Amino acid sequence: MSNQETEQQEYNITVYTENQIGLLNRIAIIFTRRKINIDSLNTSPSEIESIHRFNIVITESEDVVRKVCRQIEKQVEVLKVYYHTNEDVVWQELALYKVSTTVIAEQVSVERLLRENGARVVVLRKDYTIFETTGHREETDALINILQPYGLIEFVRSARVAIIKNSEGFNSKLREFERLEPGEDVVENEYLNKGSKVFSM
Amino acid sequence: MEVAQQETLTAPEVKETTTELSGSQALLEALIVEGVDTIFGYPGGAIMPIYDALFDYGDKLNHILVRHEQGGIHAGQGYARTSGKVGVVFATSGPGATNLVTGLADAQIDSTPLVCITGQVFAHLLGTDAFQETDVINITTPVTKWNYQVTDATEIPEVIAKAFYIAKSGRPGPVLIDITKNAQIQKFDYKGYTQCDHIRSYRPKPIVRTQYVEEAAALINQAKRPFILWGQGVILGSAEQEFKAFVEKSGIPAAWTILGAGAIPTDHPLNVGMLGMHGNYGPNVLTNNCDVLIAIGMRFDDRVTGRLDKYAKQAKVIHLDIDPAEIDKNVKSTVPVWGDCKETLPLLTNLVEQKNHTEWLNLFNDYTKKEVDAVIHDELNPSSGEMTMGEVIKQLNDLTHGDAVIVTDVGQHQMVACRYAKLNKTRSNITSGGLGTMGFALPAAIGAKFGAQDRDVIAIIGDGGFQMTLQELGTVMQTGVNIKIIILNNHFLGMVRQWQELFNERRYSFVDIQSPNFVALAAAYGIPGKSISEREHLPSVLKEMMETKGSFLLEVNVTKENNVFPMVPQGCSVAEIRLK
Repeated sequence: MSNQETEQQEYNITVYTENQIGLLNRIAIIFTRRKINIDSLNTSPSEIESIHRFNIVITESEDVVRKVCRQIEKQVEVLKVYYHTNEDVVWQELALYKVSTTVIAEQVSVERLLRENGARVVVLRKDYTIFETTGHREETDALINILQPYGLIEFVRSARVAIIKNSEGFNSKLREFERLEPGEDVVENEYLNKGSKVFSM
Repeated sequence: MEVAQQETLTAPEVKETTTELSGSQALLEALIVEGVDTIFGYPGGAIMPIYDALFDYGDKLNHILVRHEQGGIHAGQGYARTSGKVGVVFATSGPGATNLVTGLADAQIDSTPLVCITGQVFAHLLGTDAFQETDVINITTPVTKWNYQVTDATEIPEVIAKAFYIAKSGRPGPVLIDITKNAQIQKFDYKGYTQCDHIRSYRPKPIVRTQYVEEAAALINQAKRPFILWGQGVILGSAEQEFKAFVEKSGIPAAWTILGAGAIPTDHPLNVGMLGMHGNYGPNVLTNNCDVLIAIGMRFDDRVTGRLDKYAKQAKVIHLDIDPAEIDKNVKSTVPVWGDCKETLPLLTNLVEQKNHTEWLNLFNDYTKKEVDAVIHDELNPSSGEMTMGEVIKQLNDLTHGDAVIVTDVGQHQMVACRYAKLNKTRSNITSGGLGTMGFALPAAIGAKFGAQDRDVIAIIGDGGFQMTLQELGTVMQTGVNIKIIILNNHFLGMVRQWQELFNERRYSFVDIQSPNFVALAAAYGIPGKSISEREHLPSVLKEMMETKGSFLLEVNVTKENNVFPMVPQGCSVAEIRLK
C-alpha cells in the first residue's frame, strides 16, 4: 500500500442523501463502529429540493476513508458519496463572538483588531455586540485569542462547509438524479477507476 | 388507549365502501400481493390490531406461532434460505422487537432477505417511556439493510412495497418496519398495492463494465494455477447454472465458503472442498500457491483468509461481487468485476478458453489424500472407541444420498457437518455463518421445512446450541412440522473446549455443560426420540429416524474430547493449516 493510502490526514466527505428521519444515525454509526471520531459534521438541504448534503470531516488514512465511503454509499437513501483531501476543497467555518459593547466602544484598538481579522457586526445592542467571521480553524481561533482580554462573553463555531474545487458536474449530476428513472442513463461506475481523484460508485 | 377506544367506538358506522381498509388490513393485503404464504410470529399488545386482522386471512396466510421471537426470526431465515423468497416475521413492541435483534444481525451478515414487522406504541406515546416502548428503529439500524417507522396508515402500502424490494434486491438483507398502533387501527382510502421496482437513491447492483470482464478473462486465460473461491453470492443470485458452466469450461478447481456449500454438488470433480479455518487441506495450502484467485460472491471473511498479510500475496485477484463495498475491503483485487454474477459469469464464460488444469488439479487431489490419511479416514470410519461426529454424518449421507436439507447450529458439529455432508442440490446447507449464532438450527430447521415442504430437513445441533432455543420444540409440536433433529452430544461446549485445549493449556473454563434427558424432553412435546451411545445402534436408529412419519429427535453421544481438524489457528496464514 502506498503512503497516501496509509498516511492519516483530514478528509472531507461529501454525502448527498434523501431527506429521511434516521439517516443521520445510519451514517454516524458507520464511523462509530470503526471507532472513528467525527471532527466536524454539517448537514443541510442542497440546491435541489429534497436532497440533503452532508459535509463530514475525519482524520484517517485514505484506505479507511474509501471503505467508509463505500459503506455509506451502500445505504438505501444515500445518493452519492465523494471524499477529498483539504487540498481538493475550498472550505470555511463560521464563528460568532459576543463581546460587551461598552468595552468595544471604549477601546478603539478592538475595532481595529476586528477589522484586521475580517469580522463584521451582526447585532449591535447596548449591552453586547455580536461579530462574525468565516475562515479556517486557525483564523477563527486567532480572533478568540484576540478578544479574550476584552471579555469575550460567548463564542460559537459552525461545522465546516466545503466546496469541491474540481466539480463542474455536481449540480447537473444532482439534477439528473432528481428526474432519474434508474438505469443506463446514469453511469454509476464512472469514477471507479483507480487513481482517479474523484471517488464515487 | 384513548385513541384506540375512540377509533373502535366510531367504527360502528360501517360504511361498506370496499376501498376503506385499516392499516393492518392494508399490510396483509400487501403481503398477499408479495406472494407471502407463511408468517412466523408472536403476538403482543402493540401488534394486536394486525393479529386481529390476520384472524380473517387464515386461508391465505399461514401464521406459525413460535415460542420466542428469536425462534421466529431464525425460522424466517430458514424459510428464506430454502425457498429463495423473503421471510416474514411478526413481533410486538419492546421485548418482542428486541428479541429479534440477534436474528437481524445474523440475517444482515449472511445476506438473508427478511421483512420483519414490529408493533409499536401509539404515535402520541413515542418517547414517553410508554409500556413496552423501545426505540426499535435506532436499536436495529446497525443490523438492518433498511428500517422505517410508520405512524400513519396511508404510508403502509408504499413502505411495505419498498421493504420487500430492498430485502430481496441486490445483496439481500433484513428490513424492519415498525408500525405504531394507531396506524394499524387507522382506516384510510386504500388505493391498492403496487410493487416497488426502483428507488432513486438505491443501486441494487452496479452496472457491469465489460472492460473488467475482458481483463479478468485475459488473466484467467494466461493463468497456470488458477483457483476459484465461491460463496453464497452464487446461490443468492440464482447463478448456480452459470457458475457450473464457468467452472466446467475453464476447468479450474473450485472451493467453497461455508455459505456457498451446495451451489455445485459435493462430488463434482472440480469441487475441491471447503475453505477456511476448518476447511480442507488443499484449498487452504494452495491458496498461497495459485497464480490467479477468482473470488465469486464471497467476502473474504477472516475465518476464510486467516492472517491477511500472508494471504494469497503471490496471486492476482479477480473479485466478482454485487456489493461494491466488498471490493478491496479485505483483499485488494487486481480486477474488480462489479455486478450480479448471474450477469457477469456468462460474459466471463464466453471469453475464457476451454481448459483442463489436470496437473494443478492433481495437486489438490494429493493434498486430499494426505488429509484423508491424517484426519478424514479415522473421523468417518472409526473401528473402536466412542462414536465420532463424522461417522454420524457419513451414515446419514448413506440414507439421504445428499438430497436432504442440512441445517446446522454453531460449533464443532457445524464444522464436521459442513465438511462431510453430501449435498447434491443448491439451498441445502442452512447455517449461521457470519454471526455464528448458537441456537440457530432448531428454529431455522422449522422455517427451512416450511420453505421446502417436499424435502427432508435434518437439523444437526450440539448439546449447547440446542439448549439455547429448545423451546421451539413447542412450535414443532403445535405445527406438526416434520423435521429430524440430531443432537451430537459431546457433553462439552466443544469448540471452545478445543481452543482451551490447544491454546489455553487445557484450562477448561466453563465448557463442561450438563444436559437434560433430551429424549424425555422431546417426549414431553409429543416428539418421539432415541438416545444412543453404541456404534452398533447407529445405522438402525438413523434409519428409524428417517422412516418416522413426523419429527424425530436423535441424541448421539459422541466422544467427548475430539478436535476438529484440519485447523488454521487464529493469527496464522492459511498455509500454516494444522492436520493435528
